[in-house]
Amino acid sequence: MAEKIGVYVCHCGSNIAGKVDVEDIAKWAGENLDDVAVSRDYKFMCSSLGQQMIEEDIKKEKLTRVVVGACSPHLHEKTFRRACSNAGMNPYLMDLTNIREHCSWVHKDRAQATEKARALISAAVQRVKYQEPLEPMFVDVNPATLVIGGGIAGLQAALELADAGYHVYLVERMPSIGGHMAQFDKTFPTLDCSACILTPKMSEAGQHENITLLTYAELEEVSGSVGSFKVKIRQKARCVDYDACTGCGICVEKCPRKVLDTEFEAGMGNRKAIYMPFPQAVPRVPVIDQDSCIWFERQKCRACEKLCPTDAIKFDQQDELIDIEVGNIIIATGWKPFDSKKIPQYGYGRLANVYTSMEFERLCNAAGPTNGKIVMRDGKTVPKSIAIVHCVGSRDDRHNPYCSGVCCMASLKFGHLVLEKTDAEVYSFYIDMRTNQKNYEEFYQRLLGEGMRFVRGKVSEVTDAARMPTEQGKLIVQCEDTLIGRQQRYPVDMVILMGALEPQEDARELGLKCGISCSMDGWYTERHPKLDPVATMTDGVFVAGTCQGPKDIPASVAQGAAAAARVAGMITKGRVMIEPIVATINEQACSGCKICNNMCPYNAIEFLEDPGVSRVITALCKGCGTCVAACPAGVITGAHFNNKQIFSEIEGILWDALQPADDSSPQAEPVPASAS
Amino acid sequence: MKYAYYPGCSLESGSAAYDMSVRAVIEQLGFGLDELDDWNCCGATEYFSQNELVATSVIARNLALVDDQHDQLVAPCAACFLNLKKTDKLMAEQPKIRAKVDQALAAGGLRYQPGRVHVRHLLDVLYTDIGEEAIRAKVVQPLTGLRVAPYYGCQIVRPLNGFDNPEYPMKLDEMFTWLGAEVVDYPVKAHCCGGHMTQISEEHAFELIRRLLQSAADYRADLILCMCPMCQLNMDMYQGRVNNFFNTKFKLPIVYFTQMLGVALGIDMKKLGFGKELVAAEPVIRAKLEGQMAAATK
Repeated sequence: MAEKIGVYVCHCGSNIAGKVDVEDIAKWAGENLDDVAVSRDYKFMCSSLGQQMIEEDIKKEKLTRVVVGACSPHLHEKTFRRACSNAGMNPYLMDLTNIREHCSWVHKDRAQATEKARALISAAVQRVKYQEPLEPMFVDVNPATLVIGGGIAGLQAALELADAGYHVYLVERMPSIGGHMAQFDKTFPTLDCSACILTPKMSEAGQHENITLLTYAELEEVSGSVGSFKVKIRQKARCVDYDACTGCGICVEKCPRKVLDTEFEAGMGNRKAIYMPFPQAVPRVPVIDQDSCIWFERQKCRACEKLCPTDAIKFDQQDELIDIEVGNIIIATGWKPFDSKKIPQYGYGRLANVYTSMEFERLCNAAGPTNGKIVMRDGKTVPKSIAIVHCVGSRDDRHNPYCSGVCCMASLKFGHLVLEKTDAEVYSFYIDMRTNQKNYEEFYQRLLGEGMRFVRGKVSEVTDAARMPTEQGKLIVQCEDTLIGRQQRYPVDMVILMGALEPQEDARELGLKCGISCSMDGWYTERHPKLDPVATMTDGVFVAGTCQGPKDIPASVAQGAAAAARVAGMITKGRVMIEPIVATINEQACSGCKICNNMCPYNAIEFLEDPGVSRVITALCKGCGTCVAACPAGVITGAHFNNKQIFSEIEGILWDALQPADDSSPQAEPVPASAS
Repeated sequence: MKYAYYPGCSLESGSAAYDMSVRAVIEQLGFGLDELDDWNCCGATEYFSQNELVATSVIARNLALVDDQHDQLVAPCAACFLNLKKTDKLMAEQPKIRAKVDQALAAGGLRYQPGRVHVRHLLDVLYTDIGEEAIRAKVVQPLTGLRVAPYYGCQIVRPLNGFDNPEYPMKLDEMFTWLGAEVVDYPVKAHCCGGHMTQISEEHAFELIRRLLQSAADYRADLILCMCPMCQLNMDMYQGRVNNFFNTKFKLPIVYFTQMLGVALGIDMKKLGFGKELVAAEPVIRAKLEGQMAAATK
């Protein structure tokens, strides 16, 4: 029986109609393509009126198939499937072909874009004839959630879910949760003490009955899919018995080995070989740094072990793999600071009194190595003048094209702290001041009033090569002041480089494990940049905080909460729909060669020993088609992507090439798919 | 990869020491440089600012002279290198200029396809193609204890040259650590020496030269390494005048990097052109390397 196909071509305002003659295509399809019963164009097919039109046609015209030519399936496949479903048609008998992102948005020539759209519609019409009705599947959602990253975004997400009554596994790579926020002295623009607002959240997370804290641990492996992920966590060897330790700190106090703390103290202070990163660390369980511990170096010392009142030191502890099962994953892995040595003309690492912004955070932190006294590298001289250089590695084609967003405000915060604590002059070298959140501009105005000096221009170099006596012994900041149009030299005592926020070194690797991707810059890609900022293209995996792009504390907290709300929604619903687009093995014909079992990237194919055949576990299958292509006997079928469907689609797209040679009219009918 | 050699005018006259040392070093490293037959002047900085088209045509002639046997053209002078590189790029990117240059070349029976010849600075060839391992292996007289200040000048490091960081180059620094020297990481190594400014406004030129000498002296350099005849001339020949002008007492030998590389490779200093500079380098080098050099000659 011939199908009755409805074709619907969307203008998308002028998004498609501006480059593609949609009216002509709709008319052409109605007149020339086999089995097309109805063909229409409409301004916005996704509007309720557009959907209604499709629904009414299905009922009145007894359509058996629907083709929509509009935007990406990522945006509206669900919309049109629902419309078909409402009208009583199986939603998988609808095909949405993309004539916007794949056509009107990427082509300049109207005539050529129209021809391409015509070919795409023709392809969809040929394909849809062979689509089969499918029934969606449902899986239960495991109410436990994995949060990766214990910075402020991850903490917020974990606490929201835990408070709602759901269990959370909070995994943190460092020995303590807290993230970068724990390193800061003050937060802008309110000048709240960073630790004072963060540590209550940390200890709440540490004591929460619904939170399992896994610090000094990293994600090893993820399998499964939304609703039922199986996760392996590597608990790195702390060399301290987590349960026996009381956090008394005597081991830290007595440890004879001091090393430079390049992590929490950003290289500004020391720590011991056995250490807690900072006094308010959560959990209060130290770790032994095996690279610097004397015992691991030359089997001597054991001071900590001898003095520990609860015998908690375990030198022979090994890394441990922990298996957990969760329904959803929230990634909140944050950022790393730009390496300022990549801009050698700014002198970091070569000129002693050039600091990175993280170093300066520690320098002015009351709990930092100088107890908050702002002094130069000699440890005693108070600087009389400080230059703050903006956009170091940000807004720079040679490094990162993006704006890091937080540095302008952090510079103002530094300016305020310096003016409050010293008599130093503070110069800020900026390209543009970006202070566009609540109360930020007001803070900028406040600093203008407090006497911080602003020079608009990108610093060309920081040097110690003095040209005149007033520059002797100083660091000279050379910059074109673009407001007065002159090259200027500013001799100062100290320079602070406001380095860019960059993605974590292993962001791509972690993304791959969880099945999500990064943008060109290396930040995780959200499902939609405006309308779905915390979801990702992988169901059940969410992102929050700076791992998705540079942002400040309020925005990170908001995203942490948003991701938690999305997860809570999934848990409350209890089950999640899974696309029925999966592979099926014809077990009668399977030879049991096991090639597909090893090829499957999702471990979704099991081998049944008794009949000696492979079988797809449909809940895990993503429908990627790898096994379909790999099967030497050709007995695996990919639903919704079977050979008949694909070959028909190809014939459809080549409609004009398949014309009989003697017929030159472009209006001629395409050769039916079955003819070849 | 075969290398054609473009010495440039200066190396035939004022900076003969550079030419001598380049040839000696290349020979010692067992490496072939074939001098381009019938090459002509690159026009230095002046020609380009007077008449771009004529300058381009004159320089393109040198590129056209490179025969099919060679695909690299090596220039030791920073200005020659920049001009040759710039001409290749102009011809590749600006069809109008290229059409006229093609005409000019055709009149002399020549033609040049932009991009056919890869223009290289000698430092790049030594650093990249010969490389650390081969150079280290040939060092017989390590420069231990000698504090050298590598000076790049402003022409070789322009972004289009692409082989080192244009803001803060390091390759010459690195090469001299291979030779065992103490390399002075001073901040003005890519600042301008003033070029021909000495002919236009001495006081401006002197200030630019003074900054370089001052910074190298502040960092306690024993000598400055050059890779451009102009820079060498400015800092060496004008050093006395700069001292008079500013009442300073600089006495810094300015030598070509190939001369010191030659010393490290054990080549006789006479063959390297030492003695042609005004601020004598040999006594400083001998004083620093004395014990070791005596041992080496025995």
